[in-house]
Amino acid sequence: MKSLAELKAIRERVQNQMELRSDDTDKTRIVVGMATCGIAAGARPVLNEFMQEIDKRNLSGVSVSQTGCIGMCRFEPIVEVFRPGEEKVTYIKMTPDKVAKVVTEHIVNGRPVSEYTIGAAEGGK
Amino acid sequence: MKELSLNILDIAKNSVKAEATRIGIKIDENIPDNTLTIVISDNGCGMSEEFVNRVRDPFTTTRTTRKVGMGIPLFELAASQCGGGLEIESKRGEGTVVTARFEYDHIDRAPIGDMPGTITTLISGSPDIDFEYIHVLNGTEFIFDTAEVREVLGGVPLDTADVLNWINEYISEGLDGLRKSGN
Repeated sequence: MKSLAELKAIRERVQNQMELRSDDTDKTRIVVGMATCGIAAGARPVLNEFMQEIDKRNLSGVSVSQTGCIGMCRFEPIVEVFRPGEEKVTYIKMTPDKVAKVVTEHIVNGRPVSEYTIGAAEGGK
Repeated sequence: MKELSLNILDIAKNSVKAEATRIGIKIDENIPDNTLTIVISDNGCGMSEEFVNRVRDPFTTTRTTRKVGMGIPLFELAASQCGGGLEIESKRGEGTVVTARFEYDHIDRAPIGDMPGTITTLISGSPDIDFEYIHVLNGTEFIFDTAEVREVLGGVPLDTADVLNWINEYISEGLDGLRKSGN
């Protein structure tokens, strides 16, 4: 069973880590659209998969956050990636299966996964 | 929406938008009475009577990116298509209570779905808001309150990965316990 004692141990561990990495100024931001349209299209498991993947690889300087309707509901779930000094990349129709590739290729190695982007969808018409 | 937990996530996000500091989610499964009741309550800014009267209309929204708002209409549809309905009580400056009632065994009732996922998603999106989640199964209660977690954590934010994982497992175990004892 999960216990509050376990939570205390987490607190101590996290407090030590927080001292180690006090400033993450060059933050990569992953933003998931979580309005009605995104939620209905399956954004919640995509968000959770990003959080698990970032945690699993112990990546620092990467944040995962939620936003409202991005305004292109037919492409949901939509994920936007902002890397410092680079143009925003918009991924569309995301699924949990696509997350690992985006994290490896784009977040870690800096190469956007072009076949998942909105550019690929619009250019392919 | 495939699961009611997704409707709950969506409606609770309205409470976040309403600048609530405390949001309550209560699910009451009463199998002998054949009822399922879901209540989402907040202490946010509330709505005027006039707005409450038109909030079920999909062409009512506060957002500016487009002119439709489907959150409340979809939740109302989920309830009314299985012999229930939706009630909204709201007062400016005090908060809002949204109650959805369902016939428990109605063939069109969506499953409750992944509630631990909904609660952790809400917390990770708004780590400074307190969420209270009460799940009742045939009179037996499971209660989770971020206020208690916050107290144990001291200054550690609730949206830390380890904390969210702990919360997810804690709620999953609590709900499993309910299923075992409540039937």
